Amino acid sequence: METASSINDTSEAPSQKKTASDNTNSTVKVNATGSVPMNETNIEYPDKTVGFPLVDDPKMSMRDVNVFYGDKQAIFDVNLDVGKNEVIALIGPSGCGKSTFLRSLNRMNDTIDTCRVNGEFHLEGDNIYDPRLDVVELRARVGMVFQKPNPFPKSIYDNVAYGPRLHGLANKRYELDQIVESSLRKAGLWDEVKDRLHQPGTGLSGGQQQRLCIARTIAVSPEVVLMDEPCSALDPIATAKIEQLIDELSSQYTIAIVTHSMQQAARVSHRTAYFHLGRLIEVNDTRKVFTAPDHRLTEAYITGRFG
Amino acid sequence: MQTGNLLLLLIAIGAAVWYLGYRRSHAVAAPLGGIRHLHSLPSYYAMLAMIWCVLPALALLGMWLIIDDSIIRNSVISALPVAALPTDEVGYNLLMNKIQNVASGALAEDAVQPYVAIAAEHLNSLRRSNTQLLTLFFVCLSVLGGVWGWSRIQPQLRARQRVEKVIQFLLMLSALVAILTTVGIVFSVLFESIRFFGKVSPAEFLFGLEWSPQTALRADQVASSGAFGAVPLFAGTLLISAIALIIAVPVGLMSAIYLAEYAHPKFRAFAKPTLEILAGVPTVVYGFFAALTVAPFIRELGDSIGLSVASESALAAGLVMGVMIIPFVSSLSDDVITAVPNAMRDGSLALGATKSETIKQVIIPAALPGIMGGVLLAASRAIGETMIVVMAAGLAANLTANPLEAVTTITVQIVTLLVGDQEFDSAKTLAAFALGLMLFLTTLALNIIALRIVKKYREQYE
Ligand SMILES: Nc1ncnc2c1ncn2[C@@H]1O[C@H](COP(=O)(O)OP(=O)(O)O)[C@@H](O)[C@H]1O
Ligand SMILES: [Mg+2]
Repeated sequence: METASSINDTSEAPSQKKTASDNTNSTVKVNATGSVPMNETNIEYPDKTVGFPLVDDPKMSMRDVNVFYGDKQAIFDVNLDVGKNEVIALIGPSGCGKSTFLRSLNRMNDTIDTCRVNGEFHLEGDNIYDPRLDVVELRARVGMVFQKPNPFPKSIYDNVAYGPRLHGLANKRYELDQIVESSLRKAGLWDEVKDRLHQPGTGLSGGQQQRLCIARTIAVSPEVVLMDEPCSALDPIATAKIEQLIDELSSQYTIAIVTHSMQQAARVSHRTAYFHLGRLIEVNDTRKVFTAPDHRLTEAYITGRFG
Repeated sequence: MQTGNLLLLLIAIGAAVWYLGYRRSHAVAAPLGGIRHLHSLPSYYAMLAMIWCVLPALALLGMWLIIDDSIIRNSVISALPVAALPTDEVGYNLLMNKIQNVASGALAEDAVQPYVAIAAEHLNSLRRSNTQLLTLFFVCLSVLGGVWGWSRIQPQLRARQRVEKVIQFLLMLSALVAILTTVGIVFSVLFESIRFFGKVSPAEFLFGLEWSPQTALRADQVASSGAFGAVPLFAGTLLISAIALIIAVPVGLMSAIYLAEYAHPKFRAFAKPTLEILAGVPTVVYGFFAALTVAPFIRELGDSIGLSVASESALAAGLVMGVMIIPFVSSLSDDVITAVPNAMRDGSLALGATKSETIKQVIIPAALPGIMGGVLLAASRAIGETMIVVMAAGLAANLTANPLEAVTTITVQIVTLLVGDQEFDSAKTLAAFALGLMLFLTTLALNIIALRIVKKYREQYE
């Protein structure tokens, strides 16, 4: 599984080598190993992802990604590009490795002792897993919003100012004030909190907290924002606000969003990647995935045949 | 019969009633087609019958034992000739003692007045009939109760609920015993303190700078009039506790951070219980460690750099006490730090913070209320700690902030006031109660505040 493939040539832009003609629906049966639990008998796994996992001039490109928790493999041979200013949705049944894959993009998996990540990860040509690369700087460029809103037990202002202070983005107090205000404005929260910036962020409603977390993330001006089911703990109105926000943010940022809501994926994303049991099954334009998916596993999922 | 034998008898009767009740419930069930047609299981019926047998008899026994003595005394006294009646309480007690001694044979009959001998005779006969009456009533009541309980066994009887009720009542009674004991202790300390404040004004006690509690025991004794200004004791207690906290808070907190955030799980699994053992070391061991090892060491160290250090310095006692309370700080802090949700750590790390930045700026602020709670609990432990200071701190009530001098504490003074023979209503003895009250109020306040903070913290991360 870990054999180097021809597309993994770091000296050139890797995506150029891959053309659409490679992505035929060539499928093999992998029932033989027996280690993969099946939801249906005779499921066919493609040996390659179907659709168009690679793009020209990507923001991030991932090649031959394998992730292990101890001896257990959670991600198998994933190749994926994320385009500039694109919103890509990662969908799939729970436990299929969406979060694991997402967390490997800003090396959050480093915080889990048992977790081991193999493969090539590039952000605008910089190798993310290069030992010389400072993970602090990486995470400033690739921000993350989590499933449950997790504001720090500080004031709203200090929550947003946390990142800029860490990275020394403001020299003067008024510069910090400006960063805080513009981040809260971009997150659509400014009008709701401008009179109580110095009250605790934990006192906000769930949806406001999540927008605060988004403001906190964009306050360090990241290039990519990763979102792991950002609305799953929110009510429909708060969810709608966040979805609208994602739409607005996509003009400035590249966004990868994990969601278990297919309507949400359909509403906010440009491309959709379908994961199944640690494999990337299909990547296509969102409209295509939800109208005419190339793979029957994708179809089975979007028609509600597995949770 | 003696009370012990009565209880044995009651157990026997109760067991018999249980067995008969069990049999009867089966017998009652048989015509209905088995015990599943009963409301409750047979053991509940048997238990209920036994409760009917045992509880009323026990209640009777308890009440009887409480009141029988005073009834007998009264009847003995009232049978005395009018001329011999005692006039005051002292006389009454003396006479009663005399009569009891004659009755038990400790005093020869011919050595006392004839009316005393008669009264002693009367007392003995009353006691005999008292025991007989008690035995009679006790056995009758238990048997009657048993029969009543047994006869009430019916398929519809809600025995299970009744047994539950009785058990609940007994449990409540046990809880009440503990609570009432505490309340009793508090009130006795309070009343004795009020008596003390009748002799020494509260203002002198709370604000006086002089503590030398020697009062004359006898009128002809040469002694100072005694000074009860407790400020030097409060100051000494605070000084030693402060030294202890200066040691315990940083060490405890940092070890908690290390254990919770950095240590390998295996090391943590070994180190945390080991740290907690520190809290289980008997304080007397810390005490002689402080007195015999640490204090001489500090004195020599001081001598070698030209400082004069008292052989029982506040520093020595405070240092050892600090070590003793490290686990209070570290264990609770470790708990609250691990209770800070991982989402908080992830959120900070994902913004590019390093581990130590995350700990300093997110984890500690989030855990701060819990950590404060641990510190307050440790402080209340330090203030109330006795053995270490008795052995390692001095007796002289110096009012000083110099840790190299000897100071004394509230607890040490309570011990010295009460060691040896006391007169119960001298100001010296009563002063111990007043000090105890102060101590109690301080630690109570600290504990309440600490528990509230910890509770609030828990709610925050529900
Ligand atoms: N910290 C971890 N340790 C061990 N196994 C994990 C850990 N996190 C996730 N996994 C496993 O990896 C697989 C993928 O999990 P995850 O990425 O959370 O899935 P998803 O986000 O798609 O629901 C699951 O089988 C899960 O049990
Ligand atoms: Mg997930």
